[in-house]
Amino acid sequence: MLPTNTHILYPEFDYHAPTTLYEVTELLAQYGDSARVMAGGTDLLVQMKMERRQPSQVISLMHVNALQGISQNGSLDIGATTSIQEIHRRLPQLYALAEACNGFSSIQIMYMATLGGNLCNASPASDSAPPLLTYDARVTLKSKTAERVLPLERFFLGPGKTAMQPDELLAQISIPAPLPHSGSAFIKISRVVADISQVCAAARLTREGNTIRDARIALGSVAPTPVRAAGAERDLIGETFSPALAEKIGKQAAQEISPISDVRATREYRQQVAAVIVRDALLRAWERAQ
Amino acid sequence: MNPKLVTLSVNHRTHHVALNPNTTLLSALRDLGYTDVKSGCEKGDCGACTVLVNGIAVNACLQLAWLAEGQDILTVAGLGSSDQPHPLQTAFADFGAAQCGFCTPGMIMSAKALLDERPQPTEAEMRKALSGNLCRCTGYARIFEAIEHAAKQLNVDSRG
Ligand SMILES: Cc1cc2nc3c(=O)[nH]c(=O)nc-3n(C[C@H](O)[C@H](O)[C@H](O)COP(=O)(O)OP(=O)(O)OC[C@H]3O[C@@H](n4cnc5c(N)ncnc54)[C@H](O)[C@@H]3O)c2cc1C
Ligand code: FES
Ligand code: FES
Repeated sequence: MLPTNTHILYPEFDYHAPTTLYEVTELLAQYGDSARVMAGGTDLLVQMKMERRQPSQVISLMHVNALQGISQNGSLDIGATTSIQEIHRRLPQLYALAEACNGFSSIQIMYMATLGGNLCNASPASDSAPPLLTYDARVTLKSKTAERVLPLERFFLGPGKTAMQPDELLAQISIPAPLPHSGSAFIKISRVVADISQVCAAARLTREGNTIRDARIALGSVAPTPVRAAGAERDLIGETFSPALAEKIGKQAAQEISPISDVRATREYRQQVAAVIVRDALLRAWERAQ
Repeated sequence: MNPKLVTLSVNHRTHHVALNPNTTLLSALRDLGYTDVKSGCEKGDCGACTVLVNGIAVNACLQLAWLAEGQDILTVAGLGSSDQPHPLQTAFADFGAAQCGFCTPGMIMSAKALLDERPQPTEAEMRKALSGNLCRCTGYARIFEAIEHAAKQLNVDSRG
């Protein structure tokens, strides 16, 4: 077999440019597995150049206005094709998410990449997933005939695998209104700024005086999907916050994950660094939860 | 897969070209003769293919040409001419910010997008704006110096 020449976009496809959600779902119903929706294309086009994916139908989402933008209806609703750059600019108060979007590779990619694409690509290294997990985000999936809402935690099934059916698309990401006195933070460790993470972690804390009322911890690049450290979260709730507690919980969260070694980092490195960045994310989140 | 007649507006010129849907903006531009736009990694990593689409820096290698229909595309050749170079182009030459020159068109376009938005960028803003552009020759220091100088020059020019 010839080696893949990534300089050529070899796969041939028909390109569809629907302007309404309904048209998108109709096309998905018609073409099923042979179709692929394209948002920013920053993952999909790379995969197509490497001939890992060869959809015969590409359905662009970028002409559907209804999928674009941020609105507040009790919850915060983010359209699937809202760009990473726009989220970074418009939602600074969601510290963890804004920090994740800011650390997202380069300016070019921040403008092109979408939030929905980042989740649907289902990479364990998705930067937006850990913050969204700590916010208890929900995703709205639409097909021609039905609509369902899933907690984001149940959306990820494995590397590149989600709970979406071939005739479904991700329409919206919703974040419940934050509890008062909540704060969050995101920390990413990568070889160079413009690379995906070796390990990343997000934390959200809600305080009542010096007591932790609610807690979430989520990590990326340490498991087949972005994951929560549920045991560590449980051990925070009801406790009095202290740097020593953050240190202990960081170590505990690192014990809950079982990362692999790959080109970006070894298993041991990931585990050690996870303990440190979970601790630091907890410290920052607590400071912000005034 | 059928080609379509696409109208591309590049450096204020209009082109009508028949393109297949699997043509990237990068290969469309280079085929049209805009070889100032470089093809490096073709995967969004190196920034050599950076052009401005409606003023925003994008990787032309990860954009389908059909999507660029009717948009305003600017490449480094559209910034200035040899007789009347853009202050960024002058500064890159004067400060030795180009060695082999392969990264330069993309660097200048990323810098242009930055200065359009932030006429007096901080060091951190400059680093962020160029984090998607790799250079294997200069070590970046002279590139930052050139951009800083061009920014000053542009601010003087705009004050008249
Ligand atoms: C140079 C470079 C640097 C990168 N750096 C980072 C980084 O730092 N952090 C990070 O997390 N990622 C990074 N990425 C990966 C990528 O940019 C992100 O995952 C991005 O958010 C993908 O969004 P997109 O809109 O481009 O997705 P696309 O490529 O358009 O789509 C990705 C996948 O999701 C599917 N899809 C997209 N939208 C929907 C939808 N609404 N419903 C159903 N399916 C959908 C597509 O069919 C495709 O399979 C980087 C990529 C590149 C090329
Ligand atoms: S060629 Fe487009 S980023 Fe490298
Ligand atoms: S001058 Fe050679 S790569 Fe930058």
